[in-house]
Amino acid sequence: MIEITDKTRDEFFSEAQEIIETLSRNLLSIDAMEKQGRTDPSLVNEAFRAVHTLKGLAGLFGATRIGSISHTLEDLLDDVRLGRQPLTVAVLDVLFVAVEAYHRLLAAEKSSTDEPIPVLDELLTRLAAIGGAVPSRPTQQDEYDLDPGMLAVLTEYEEHRLRSNIEQGLNLYRLRVAFDLNTIDKALEEIKDRAKLHGEIITYLPTGDVGGGDTIDLDLMMASSEDLAVLVGALGADNIVIEAVPRRRRPTVRPMGVPAVAVVIEQSEPAPAAGGGLSVRREDEVPVPVVEHHEASLRSVTQTVRVDIRKLDHLMNIVGELAIVRSALSRLAERLRAEGQRQFGSELMRMHRSFDRRLAELQDGILEVRMVPLGQVFDRLARVVRQISRDAGKEIRLVITGAETEIDKLIVEELSDPLMHMIRNAIDHGIEKSDVRASVGKPTAGTIALNAFQKGNHVMIEIEDDGAGIDEAVLLTKAVAMGKVGTAEASDLSRDELLALIFLPGLSTRDAASDLSGRGVGMDVVKTNIGKLGGVIDVQSERGIGTKLTITLPITLAIVSALIVDVAGRTYAIPLATVSEAIRLDESGVRVVDGREVMTLRGSTLPLCRLHRLLRLDVPPGWRRQFVVVAAVGNRRLGLVVDDLFGQQDIVIKPLGRSLREVRGFSGATELGDQRVGLVIDAAALIDELLTGFETRERSGGRRWVTS
Amino acid sequence: MLRVLVVEDSVSVRAFVRNALEAEESDLGEIEVVEAASGFDALRLLPRGPYDLVITDVNMPHINGLELVQFIRGSDQHRDTPVLLISTSSSERDRERGLALGANAYLPKPFSPESLRAEAARHLAAGARRTA
Repeated sequence: MIEITDKTRDEFFSEAQEIIETLSRNLLSIDAMEKQGRTDPSLVNEAFRAVHTLKGLAGLFGATRIGSISHTLEDLLDDVRLGRQPLTVAVLDVLFVAVEAYHRLLAAEKSSTDEPIPVLDELLTRLAAIGGAVPSRPTQQDEYDLDPGMLAVLTEYEEHRLRSNIEQGLNLYRLRVAFDLNTIDKALEEIKDRAKLHGEIITYLPTGDVGGGDTIDLDLMMASSEDLAVLVGALGADNIVIEAVPRRRRPTVRPMGVPAVAVVIEQSEPAPAAGGGLSVRREDEVPVPVVEHHEASLRSVTQTVRVDIRKLDHLMNIVGELAIVRSALSRLAERLRAEGQRQFGSELMRMHRSFDRRLAELQDGILEVRMVPLGQVFDRLARVVRQISRDAGKEIRLVITGAETEIDKLIVEELSDPLMHMIRNAIDHGIEKSDVRASVGKPTAGTIALNAFQKGNHVMIEIEDDGAGIDEAVLLTKAVAMGKVGTAEASDLSRDELLALIFLPGLSTRDAASDLSGRGVGMDVVKTNIGKLGGVIDVQSERGIGTKLTITLPITLAIVSALIVDVAGRTYAIPLATVSEAIRLDESGVRVVDGREVMTLRGSTLPLCRLHRLLRLDVPPGWRRQFVVVAAVGNRRLGLVVDDLFGQQDIVIKPLGRSLREVRGFSGATELGDQRVGLVIDAAALIDELLTGFETRERSGGRRWVTS
Repeated sequence: MLRVLVVEDSVSVRAFVRNALEAEESDLGEIEVVEAASGFDALRLLPRGPYDLVITDVNMPHINGLELVQFIRGSDQHRDTPVLLISTSSSERDRERGLALGANAYLPKPFSPESLRAEAARHLAAGARRTA
């Protein structure tokens, strides 16, 4: 006898309910489109699938009345989707009545009653009035050289759509898309959404073996009225190869031995990059014998190229150099005008402006090519979280938002280790064991939220857990024990400063013996690595509530945020990643220790470096207000004394020419927008150079510094 | 322990199949049922095989059952795994195509738990003989 448990029966009711609601929404969309004179075949197909699924469910679960009307409706919708029955208002009316009938029938089924349902009779009357379907037209798909493997797996509906698109004279394309198996559903939806604007996807076919790898190639057959070049422009991406399926105008005479349906896929010519005629030669315009056809297919031309990112770096450097040429041009134009050559000057200025616009476009274009979604690294993290949480014996819910946020490819590559460290810490140290969580009234499963979003020229990534939070008292005790913080200054530290102690090398919030991870994961390493990417990391934590780490990264490594400063009337840039703060210089607080000027900053000694002296610049006479820019790399700090602060700016660093490459202390030059060129101060190198000598009480000496 | 991969986009049909295979009156022995809610899920789960039997729906969005059969038959890992197609449409065309692509059987819905078990048993036994 049939043994259907109550639980599976409930499953049936809730799923049936869901399907009927989806069908109802679907019909409303079809109706709205119909009123505008449009149809979307995929919506009709979805309606068919809904009814089809209902029929299957009803059969399995013994809901005979639902089964029998589903059977009739399925036939009707099948005729509609296969083009044998036009989608008239009468048909739509029937379908709306059907939704009503379904609701009644499901309710009756639930309460196990067989009472008559009036709307059912109305439905049957209307169905009878619609009448029969018209026979479909013969197939013309042999007009194309289609892969027999693909044809063999088309469902009846897909075959119909293929036929119908060919009859409308549309072009067929094959899109080979490489998907990450873990994100394929979402990625495919995105492609579908974009493709919808240009045509119809007829079928999806997996190719090759997944065999342990995480990627799979899918062949998408698509019909579109547009040219290959247009499609490539609209849908092209580095994981998509688009090819036109060749069409032959008349049945071609085939040489002996060639199968009736030849497998020919390659044909596409490369699309012209820009400008000029965008037409793509098609086989039907130039009839070629079949033999040559196959020769042509050897010449596989894809629409995408893989580029080494270093080549893009090189292009970016050229942009940087051109920016400096641009500044020179503008100065020249100004000079010409000042010297009375007004016409020349104005003409040159016009050229300069046009050059300026194009250069900005070029820079944006290169930057855009480097961008990839953060989802690439997040997906990897999601897999590892499952593993770690199992190892740690904790239940973890990972919630990811903003996976579509784009960032420089090079940054993504370098992010996965630091993020992994932080998530591991959150699981090992942050999230409590489930019994502990239960005892404080938290849900037993811990939550780790990974949020990414763009903010101006930066990408923010937050790693937030709802764990125990950081015990700053423990942090402080350790920092004092390690001699990193003096007992006297310990009491002066604010809570933020206390929390920042987790970035000190060798500090762990757990004793090594009880350290679950036992991997010696140090937040100092994380901070250093993020710093190398031009990013900064902040920590917020609330005892008993959780911890939030916020990483601020530049969108691209090719552009960095910098503090623009003045030293003796010249402009310099100091990348913000190496700047911890800027303060007013109080000359009265400056002391000399071992021949070096130092000052005291919140209880600790800060060595100073007067940049004008280092750079041997003449200081104009008179009293000047000065600032100290505190550069910090790891836990080494150096105060750079400058004459003025101009504020923050995003800059493109251009490497120095060969003659200056030997010079330490500068990482490159940059164009500062208002026609000025400035050198970029390499604070890390300065700290290395100046403090190593200072700390070991030895003179480095003999190093050549740049003088202009 | 036998492992069966059930590919079906309807949650209640999956539950029905699981119920039938795991039922007390089943004489299939101990069975682990792995559920895939879509063709993509199946592609993700297949590399984690081997499976002793794959039961798949024919009509599913994106990757349909026929495509799955072709994929399974073309993969080194699963070439010999028996595949049972289940479908609501007792479509002769789908049945023929499925069997031509290498499916072992085609079971039109509705079917009873008994007939599903009988069909599964037939192919599980055949598979066991092949691997022995």
